[in-house]
Amino acid sequence: MLTVILQTVAAAVAFSVIGIVVGLFLLGIDRRISARMQARIGPILIQPFYDIRKLFSKDNIVPENAIPSIFHAAPIVALASSIIVLLYLPIGSMMPILGGYGDLILVMYLLAVPSLAMVAGGFASGSPYATVGSQREMVSMIAYELPLASAVIAIAWLLYSSGISDPFTLQAIVENPVWTLVGPIGFIGLVVLMLTLAWVTPAELSKIPFDSPEAETELAGGLLVEYSGKNLGLFTVAQGVKTLVMGGLAVAIFFPWNISPLLGLSSYAALAVDAVFFFLKVVLLMIISVTAIRTGLARFRITHVVTIFWVYLGLAGLLGLSLIILDSVVMGVL
Amino acid sequence: MTLSSSFKRSLFVFHFNAGSCNGCDIEIVAAITPRYDPERFGVRLVGSPKHADVLLVTGPVTGKMAPRLRRVYDQMADPKVVMCIGTCGQSGGVFYDSYNLEGPIDQIIPVDVYVPGCAPRPEAIIHGVVTAITKLERLEGGEV
Repeated sequence: MLTVILQTVAAAVAFSVIGIVVGLFLLGIDRRISARMQARIGPILIQPFYDIRKLFSKDNIVPENAIPSIFHAAPIVALASSIIVLLYLPIGSMMPILGGYGDLILVMYLLAVPSLAMVAGGFASGSPYATVGSQREMVSMIAYELPLASAVIAIAWLLYSSGISDPFTLQAIVENPVWTLVGPIGFIGLVVLMLTLAWVTPAELSKIPFDSPEAETELAGGLLVEYSGKNLGLFTVAQGVKTLVMGGLAVAIFFPWNISPLLGLSSYAALAVDAVFFFLKVVLLMIISVTAIRTGLARFRITHVVTIFWVYLGLAGLLGLSLIILDSVVMGVL
Repeated sequence: MTLSSSFKRSLFVFHFNAGSCNGCDIEIVAAITPRYDPERFGVRLVGSPKHADVLLVTGPVTGKMAPRLRRVYDQMADPKVVMCIGTCGQSGGVFYDSYNLEGPIDQIIPVDVYVPGCAPRPEAIIHGVVTAITKLERLEGGEV
């Protein structure tokens, strides 16, 4: 028992470190690709590491009318909850460390925690800009939960209707690639759901065009306006880990295939190759659904964000769900 | 404390207009365009003085702006560097005998780097930022 606990703790620590490093690299790749799209050279890939190092060596200012306890706790909670979601994700052929203790529903709740921590931190800063930013973050959280939930429910229902036990565990989703469970109508439904999730990702990460909570041009940084030094650095790290988590979630649901069976590898070599392949998939997905979108578009107004997520993407999510249900009904009849 | 190596690669810049005619501000915007691309050296324009390492001040500092400039300067986290962009900030420029002038900038807050010109070219501004990095290193070494 003790060894199991120790192993879990050691693996969790190792994964946290790897998650932070890979997350920061993802931010660097994002900035580099974005720069290339604008015909610039762009920063080097390890730029976020320099930023973090500098931020950690700077002063940490707490505003006079802030609530220091919440103000300091927010970045730590944001980082910790992002790392915990990472521990629930299967990485390549490696099963999640905490996989036995929760499922996709828990992951959905945990994904809301970093945003909630940022909201709490924004309200605790005692600045009107941060307060407006926090309110916007809450509104966009409420907005993007609907399409996200409809996508998750559709996937779980698909697994359940295919007779797979524990349809809500990520393990079951990874072991049964969703594309193999559907007919042609359901395939269209899955594509619709995948595109919906691709639009939820930038909102979850507060990236352009859904960065109205941070809105550098009119809110001067919004939620983060009062944060400096170490706390700002922690938020940047949390952002990197969250980028990895969102990419990892999309990979786990829609692209769970591994490369090791093709290469005929086994044991540790297979684990390593699959992990690298997993990160490549995450990078590719991030470039498509975050970098390309954020470089190509301007920011939506917060009212537009709500309309887009509740009306258009909400309908898209429900359409995907209905197509999948229709597919299984048709398949059942045939 | 080892600051210089990370400051060399990562400098967040905040831009403050203290009553400028917008000429210098346009040149600052020109300096961050893809043609010059200072982001490849880690220089980034940020929206909040709390995030910034360098304060770019333009304009001769009018009566209304002087207390705001002081407040923005106080809000920046140490270590920090102030850059004065344009002739107005150094001497008042064409506004030197105006009735509502509190400046030049170095009467209000300590200035580390001066970039003269009306308005200075983007190359001059980038050179000023590089000089600011050297200044940060000297601050760290205890030379100043």
